[in-house]
Amino acid sequence: MANDARTNVSKDLSQERQKRMIAEHFSKLARAPDEGRACAYTFVPGNLTELLNSFDVLPVLPEINALQSGMRGKSRDYIGLAEKLGHSEDVCTYVKCDLGMLKSGNIGPTGERLPDPNLLLLSYTGCFTFLKWFEILGQEYDCPVVMLHVPYQGDGKITNSMRKYVVDQLRNKVIPQLEEISGQPYDEDRLKEMLARSAQAEDDLVYVLESAKNKPSPIDAYFGGVYYIGPIFTAFRGTQDAVEYYRELRAEVEERVKLGKGPITPEGEMEEEKYRVVVEGPPNWTSFRQFWKMFSDEGAVVVASSYTKVGGVYDDGFRHDPSRPLESLADYCMGCYTNLNLPSRVDMLVRYVEDYQADGFLINSVKSCNSFSAGQLMILREVENRTGRPGGFVESDLVDPRYFSASNIKNRLESYFQMIDQKRERGRKSGQGD
Amino acid sequence: MEERMSTSASCLEGHAALVAEAEALWKDYSLTSVREWKKESGGIAIGYMPVYVPRELLWAQNALPVGILGGGDDLEIIRGDAYYQSYICHIPRSTIELGLNGSLDCLDGVLFPATCDVIRNLSGMWKMQFPDKLVRYLDVPQDFDPAMGGAFYRHELQEITESLPGIGGRSYDEDALRTAIQVYNESRQAVADLYDLRRREPWKIPTHELYVLLRAGMVLPPEEHTTMLRAYETAVSDDESRRPMDQARVLITGSFCEQPPLGLIKTLERAGCYIVDDDFVQVHRWIVGDIPVDGDPLGNLVTAYLENSIESPIRYIDDGVKGQGLVERVEHYGAEGVLFCAPSFCDPALLDQPMAVKAVEDAGIPWTAFKYSENSGQFQVIREQAGTFADSIKLWSGE
Ligand code: SF4
Ligand code: SF4
Repeated sequence: MANDARTNVSKDLSQERQKRMIAEHFSKLARAPDEGRACAYTFVPGNLTELLNSFDVLPVLPEINALQSGMRGKSRDYIGLAEKLGHSEDVCTYVKCDLGMLKSGNIGPTGERLPDPNLLLLSYTGCFTFLKWFEILGQEYDCPVVMLHVPYQGDGKITNSMRKYVVDQLRNKVIPQLEEISGQPYDEDRLKEMLARSAQAEDDLVYVLESAKNKPSPIDAYFGGVYYIGPIFTAFRGTQDAVEYYRELRAEVEERVKLGKGPITPEGEMEEEKYRVVVEGPPNWTSFRQFWKMFSDEGAVVVASSYTKVGGVYDDGFRHDPSRPLESLADYCMGCYTNLNLPSRVDMLVRYVEDYQADGFLINSVKSCNSFSAGQLMILREVENRTGRPGGFVESDLVDPRYFSASNIKNRLESYFQMIDQKRERGRKSGQGD
Repeated sequence: MEERMSTSASCLEGHAALVAEAEALWKDYSLTSVREWKKESGGIAIGYMPVYVPRELLWAQNALPVGILGGGDDLEIIRGDAYYQSYICHIPRSTIELGLNGSLDCLDGVLFPATCDVIRNLSGMWKMQFPDKLVRYLDVPQDFDPAMGGAFYRHELQEITESLPGIGGRSYDEDALRTAIQVYNESRQAVADLYDLRRREPWKIPTHELYVLLRAGMVLPPEEHTTMLRAYETAVSDDESRRPMDQARVLITGSFCEQPPLGLIKTLERAGCYIVDDDFVQVHRWIVGDIPVDGDPLGNLVTAYLENSIESPIRYIDDGVKGQGLVERVEHYGAEGVLFCAPSFCDPALLDQPMAVKAVEDAGIPWTAFKYSENSGQFQVIREQAGTFADSIKLWSGE
């Protein structure tokens, strides 16, 4: 998912595998036009990777390209170019970054040109901007756009009517379109095999994420977490590679738990876990390493995060289910984090603070993303009230470096960690008094 | 309620008085008229956010639909800013303010249609803040196939009908819905007639008046509002003192949710623009034409949504051509230029704008763009920009 910021440590097997998987995927994409292989652009939340793969259609995820551009220092120029072309400074920078990249030759993160899409699969899940993004791309490419409208969980639940609506669209719009662009008929058995592999990998991913309940936590579930979710959130869910990646990752994490080790950070292994926090909101990508370091330098570990649930929530028990292939794809889409209503998001975060024994809760509010950000200040107060643990709030952006003020964020984080200290101190004193 | 309206209507003298009455209704953020209506009728009141909800459904169950379009430039935001970051538009913070200061207490529930992520998330905030009220997110389909999007939407509407009796509304009744559809057909027609008159004789209907009348429709029962609009239409048609001026005919787009302050509309008119079409208070014009009264009324509401909605940034374009609806409106309304006038930080409007601009440019239509907030107080820059734009149009059309 992200370029690797964990540079000072020897690479784990899983890490090597992920690199290889990504490199191979991009090289397949580069060869796709020559080999006559179809590709579909689509989004991370509500992605239909198994379905695409079952037609041998290659997924391209513009959000991932945008975040990669952010990490590689390209996003400033891309965003600038899009704004010059008339896109407002107010809107999501992923869109502008993607457009800027497209207008600059569509060179992907590995330096190879990305193929034009044969299909824009508009999985409209949890974010209004997606709809506009692919309307915009629809004007740039001569290819069909297929809309998969994924209803929002306004009442905090998935109803039969919602499920039926999504399944009907899959059956009557998405699948016929994939048959058309791939020249292959829908093969449900193949899809089922892939879904079974998805579930296997999802089990291991959940183990990894929940390993952070240990003290010390063997992982950082936000900065480290974005690497762990990479394969399953993108082009690899349902592949054997993903199964193996998660098996290896799990074994590595099990080993760390056994040895009582903390997480790996940009500076190597964390020696002492001083603060355990839950984080809501996406990270900043342009200063990812620096942002992470602001936590790790203080001995702060993120033990759970909502961002690692944008491409699927699995720690509530959901698994892709080969016995009900399209229904489970529908449930997957509707269950992604930003498709949950605010009370459900609060419930999840409260549960994280409690289950992961966090000292506090922190929001990184990104300017780009109304889907995440609108309502976060209320979330902050609710989680604080319900858990009694301190909440913190910092602001940045995803890929627009103009909105990452390092000194400001650092100050806020430092005061936040001091607040946790004070609270502990008070707790200790009142404990002594008892 | 009829009585109240007819009594007050009989006291009205001409359009100025009507506009004054409409403005008083709009600016009464504590919704006195809604409270009175509830007391007199024994009905309930259901608020709704922009852009579109099928008000017929509510009215059929004795629920007065009450449009919540933010607090404009009148409301001092005391607590609302603590709920939103600076980079989020203004309407949700004034709406929360109205909720927290008790203005909306008389509402028995609020519908939050699927307009954008801000309104969507506000639905969850409302649930947390007002747990005793009916709060519903109304997911409107982005698939327009009757068997898929249509079936889903029908189910959404059914759920609304089922939720109303529990809070004091009447049970769903097909005939009552037919009657309500007829009532709103008349309302839509009255609005359409005013827009048409403005198209033909924009000097007769200044937009700052029309706008105020549309706002009154957010709180008035539909029949009363239609009566008001018709009375205004007669009054302005008869007013021979309103004579044409040398103004540029412009169409405004982008203001479908957070509303521009009235001062902004006046500023544009003073800067030399006749606004001949707009998307203000768009719930009145979302459905184009009449909805059939015969047959299955719920099905008719669904079909109207799928097939007869206007082109909008919040509605997926599907097989349509982006911006074509806008260009057609420019032609139909005889506009000489387009003002892209969107609220700051409004994702749907601003993400849509470059595509709409392209369509307008391809059609050779002049345009300009600016942003506002519902509580903007300074219009000097916009005034100059609109003035220059109007002048250039007049110059151009004079050539
Ligand atoms: S608004 Fe948020 S969820 Fe939507 S594309 Fe932008 S970053 Fe992603
Ligand atoms: S003004 Fe725009 S962004 Fe704000 S609530 Fe309305 S539609 Fe959403």
